[in-house]
Amino acid sequence: MRAAPLHSHVDVRVCRRVRCEHMRTVLRIFSYLRYNRRATVLAYLALAGAALFNIITPLVIKQAIDFGLAHDSRSFLVLAGVLVVAVALVQGVFEFFQSYLGQYLSQTVALRLRDDLYEAVQRQSFAFHDRSETGQLMSRATVDVEQVRAFIQLGLLQLTYAAVLFAITVVVAVRINWQMGLIFLAVMPLIGLRAFVVSRSLRSLWVRVQGAQGAFTSVLQENLVGARVVRAFTREQEELDKFNVSNRIVRVDSLEANRLAAFNQPLMTFLLNAATAIIVIYGGYAVMHHNLTLGGLVAFLEYRTNLTGPVRTIGFLLNLWTRATAGGQRIFEILDAESEVHERPGAVPLAGVVGHVRFEHVSFGYNRERPVLRAIEIDAPPGALVALLGPSGSGKSTITQLLPRFYDVSEGRITIDGHDIRDVTLESLRHAVGIVLQDPFLFSATIRDNIAYGAPHATAEQIEAVARAARLHDFIASLPDGYETWVGERGITLSGGQRQRVAIARTLLLDPKVLILDDATSSVDMETEYLIQQALAELLRSRTTFVIAQRLRTVRDADQILVLKDGRIVERGRHEELLENEGPYREIYDLELRDQEELSQVAARA
Amino acid sequence: MALGFGGMGGGMGGAGRGMMRRAGMDGRSTDDEEFGKPFDGKLMRRLLPYLRPYKRQVTIAALLMLVATATSVATPYFLTVAIDDFIAKSDMHGLVLLMLGFVLMQFVNWFATYGQTYSMTYAGQWALYRLSEDVFWHLQVLPIAFFDRNETGRIMSRAQNDISVLQQLLSSGLLSIIASSLTTVGIVFTLLALDWRLALVTLISLPVLFGIIVVWQRYARKSFIRTRAAISIVNASLQENVSGVRIIQSLTREDENRRRFGKVNRQNFTANLEASRVSAIINPLVDLVNAIAIAVVIAVGGSLVLSHDLKVGALVGFALYVNRLFDPIGQVTQQYSTLQRATVAAERVFALLDEPVEVKDRPGAIELPPIEGRVAFEHVRFAYTPEIPVLHDLNLVAEPGQTVALVGETGAGKSTIISLLERFYDVTGGRITVDGHDIREVTLASLRGQMGIVLQEPYLFSGTIVDNIRLGRMQATDDEVREAAEIVGLHDLIARLPEGYNTIVRERGVNLSVGQRQLVSFARALLRRPRILLLDEATANIDSATEARLQRALGELLRGRTAFVIAHRLATVRNADLIVALHHGAIVEQGTHEELIARRGMYYDLYSFGFASATAARVRAGSA
Repeated sequence: MRAAPLHSHVDVRVCRRVRCEHMRTVLRIFSYLRYNRRATVLAYLALAGAALFNIITPLVIKQAIDFGLAHDSRSFLVLAGVLVVAVALVQGVFEFFQSYLGQYLSQTVALRLRDDLYEAVQRQSFAFHDRSETGQLMSRATVDVEQVRAFIQLGLLQLTYAAVLFAITVVVAVRINWQMGLIFLAVMPLIGLRAFVVSRSLRSLWVRVQGAQGAFTSVLQENLVGARVVRAFTREQEELDKFNVSNRIVRVDSLEANRLAAFNQPLMTFLLNAATAIIVIYGGYAVMHHNLTLGGLVAFLEYRTNLTGPVRTIGFLLNLWTRATAGGQRIFEILDAESEVHERPGAVPLAGVVGHVRFEHVSFGYNRERPVLRAIEIDAPPGALVALLGPSGSGKSTITQLLPRFYDVSEGRITIDGHDIRDVTLESLRHAVGIVLQDPFLFSATIRDNIAYGAPHATAEQIEAVARAARLHDFIASLPDGYETWVGERGITLSGGQRQRVAIARTLLLDPKVLILDDATSSVDMETEYLIQQALAELLRSRTTFVIAQRLRTVRDADQILVLKDGRIVERGRHEELLENEGPYREIYDLELRDQEELSQVAARA
Repeated sequence: MALGFGGMGGGMGGAGRGMMRRAGMDGRSTDDEEFGKPFDGKLMRRLLPYLRPYKRQVTIAALLMLVATATSVATPYFLTVAIDDFIAKSDMHGLVLLMLGFVLMQFVNWFATYGQTYSMTYAGQWALYRLSEDVFWHLQVLPIAFFDRNETGRIMSRAQNDISVLQQLLSSGLLSIIASSLTTVGIVFTLLALDWRLALVTLISLPVLFGIIVVWQRYARKSFIRTRAAISIVNASLQENVSGVRIIQSLTREDENRRRFGKVNRQNFTANLEASRVSAIINPLVDLVNAIAIAVVIAVGGSLVLSHDLKVGALVGFALYVNRLFDPIGQVTQQYSTLQRATVAAERVFALLDEPVEVKDRPGAIELPPIEGRVAFEHVRFAYTPEIPVLHDLNLVAEPGQTVALVGETGAGKSTIISLLERFYDVTGGRITVDGHDIREVTLASLRGQMGIVLQEPYLFSGTIVDNIRLGRMQATDDEVREAAEIVGLHDLIARLPEGYNTIVRERGVNLSVGQRQLVSFARALLRRPRILLLDEATANIDSATEARLQRALGELLRGRTAFVIAHRLATVRNADLIVALHHGAIVEQGTHEELIARRGMYYDLYSFGFASATAARVRAGSA
């Protein structure tokens, strides 16, 4: 990841750990502004300008009253009016730029954060994606990024603006009449404190509301997805009761949060107006005794809003601050996560692959305590068909996922044509090793794009050729839009078998020398399965192949059958040899495969 | 939020589903951001009944709103009086009294504002409680066809997002629009009362401002819609890249995708920047109009003061009022979009509530008495959409206790037969009888109460394992639950879990294996003691030990019941009393395994072609 130079300035000894962590995060968020130094400076200049000009109008009004009215000067009054408009014009320009630049900066930060997050997520090994849920990653890239963005736009700039406006106003107010200035200053902490306290308790209330909303969502979603079961078991009334529990909690909690806000908002106004009353009494007294001009009093009344605006928003801004640091922390957690699998410096491309695969004393565990594979030895000469067999959890798919380096071995090594796969570039390795994953995920794109997913520059002829090989072409040709038919979320829904064949076609297009596939063909009818089998047969030609086998015919044809149990290879050999062994293979055969044998006998008799 | 919930439709479903889904609930293309007219009387009238039970709260809110607005509008007037009547006359005593009154009035304002907001929110929240309840209940009684047509994510957004948009409207939006309008009216009258000449000159700014905002709104809305579209493209792209990360890595497609993501990410950036140009202009513009009004007050009002037609305090009052005149307009502008979105939301929520409940108890439907289990399909026709018939004139009889295996290609109509018997849909023509009763003449509860169903992908609810089994029959005792679990061979698997029967099943049962889930759904069906069993056999990959268990459990489940099985396993087909081969919604042939093999018809083809030729192909490839 790119270095974030700013946070190194924080002296670790000075701050306590948690707060330091906060500071670090905030500074790192700021460090994203370094791409836009000029815009940042301009934004602050615009902000200072806007604040400065904000002070002028009440002073003009003051002069209009004290001078224009006192000296009977109509022309002065007109001049004052013109001045007010002119000030508004200039201030408006500053305000526009402040607001625009604020957006510009915050959007830039969001853009870079999303870029970085995207990059970080794509770079991660499968282990990372096993641990994290899509929803959570998405929420970092959407909710958390938005919070950081809002903080840059509102928090950072508005906070400074509020502070600057506050400071300038206090100076001017005290200069007009210092006693009255002090009265105002005295009320501010009160309002500020109240705002702060309330925003904190409001926040915990909203967190509760969100939690309740989450439960509400789960109940609803579960009910909708399980609609058939609900009806079949006539559970409608109970479901409604369950729903209403969370429905009620959401309502009661939001009502409570609203109540607190409804109490507090007018309280602020009240405090402000109470202070105004004191000002008017004191100011009136001063005017009567000629210690203050009437215009001065009016200016004060105008300045009220300058002072209270910042103070009232402080709670809101502090809230933004905490949310942004929390969001920032979650984002940086992902950015900083080391990928277990990375390219060695000086890795060379794997070229001219023949396809001789060896596992040499390979052990692997997703975590240290629980090894999944122990001392695996495999020697697959070029073109060999290796069938992996064993109960779920025995380590079959783990073996296949080590080969394209979705994970790295914990011990031992895997070689292709004698090269340790950790010494070659990831891209060349994954080009050489094709894998048809069990869940054929399709992207929302055309069928053509999905087949050409691994080779975007493939020609139409190449694509059609692999589609034919995957027994998919006829189906595609029967669609009105042919290869340009849109699939995925907003397109047509392909059946499980069709999706599987698309997955086979896209692997075929890469022409890998080593092939990994899962023989499981779930949810397909017999004809589809037949088509898939034909497609697979095409795929297997002249490649070193590892198959997670479910079908007897695959097993029977394999050059090597590896029977796995608890992460070890417990038996290996060809079909006939193993049958005679009367070992674990025989057991599986009797339980699962014999049925299929009978079938093919029936077929043979026919 | 673009997080989707789709993509996990239940195991059953027939042909034509995909085609219908695209039509959707209301044909709209984008779901989240729609902008309609801000007000629709008809929709409001439908919303009102939900508020009616809280008439008292709404009345209180309305009364308190008047108090709150009056006290708030009066604030600058007090300052006017303070200057003209007391400070100008050096009446300190009166000034203090006036200000005490002022504070008292502010105190009233505080409580009136609080009470008004609270009582309105109270009414709004409970109205929404009822509306949510209605929506949810409607979702319970809508026909399954509705769920075929509409993706879960889309329905979720109706029941959740749209209702929370309405919440904004009912709890704060409506109130603040009314309060703002009242405030404006109040200020206008006060100004006219203070000095009508100056008021008229000053108030010219009001229509000017209004015009500016109306024009601006048009641009703002367009650019806002563009930003919403842009960010949802970014999120969709991100979502896809996260979900498909394994494929992307295995096909080394990272660079191309990064380039594409970078592009949409930048398009979003540009759209937002354009939008911010539009949004940044409005505040300075409003401030400018405000300044012009103030300038008019100073110049014209000042002249009036000089000619003794106006007092200084009134002039100050004008200046203060002009500032406040613009606030409510800003608020109304803000609320305007809430109002628009709420109208669309209400429209969609009511459209959902208006979805007809096709499958329901007929008036005078009788309780189905305890049945033997003789099922007859008589000239049954069915279509999910009128143009695409799925079943044509289907005739089929299952005697009590018989197991009927349904075989055929995807889309042949196997699932449809099961769905019709369960009355997830009603037949389009002909009839289905159980022990001679047309299933439409009996109550849904009594029909479904005597049937058990096992779906291909067993659906578990979050809760404990025992809860999920008991779903079959709520009154079942713990012993009966255990007995059912023992019969299907689930008991010892459960006993091995640390929490036993009280193991929490996470959402959709992800912490159990497919086989275990299947067994739970078997136990559930068994506990129901159904006379008729409907079963869509699982095809998923199950290890051999569990597979053996499942086969034994299946035997238990089928014993002594009429059963319709969509069969994927050879053993199941072979043991069936009757095999029905379907093709394009019609029965091609039926009989026992031996009969059908001997006939060398479609079943024989399916059977030998599917398995044997595939094997042959494989052998050829292997030897090549």
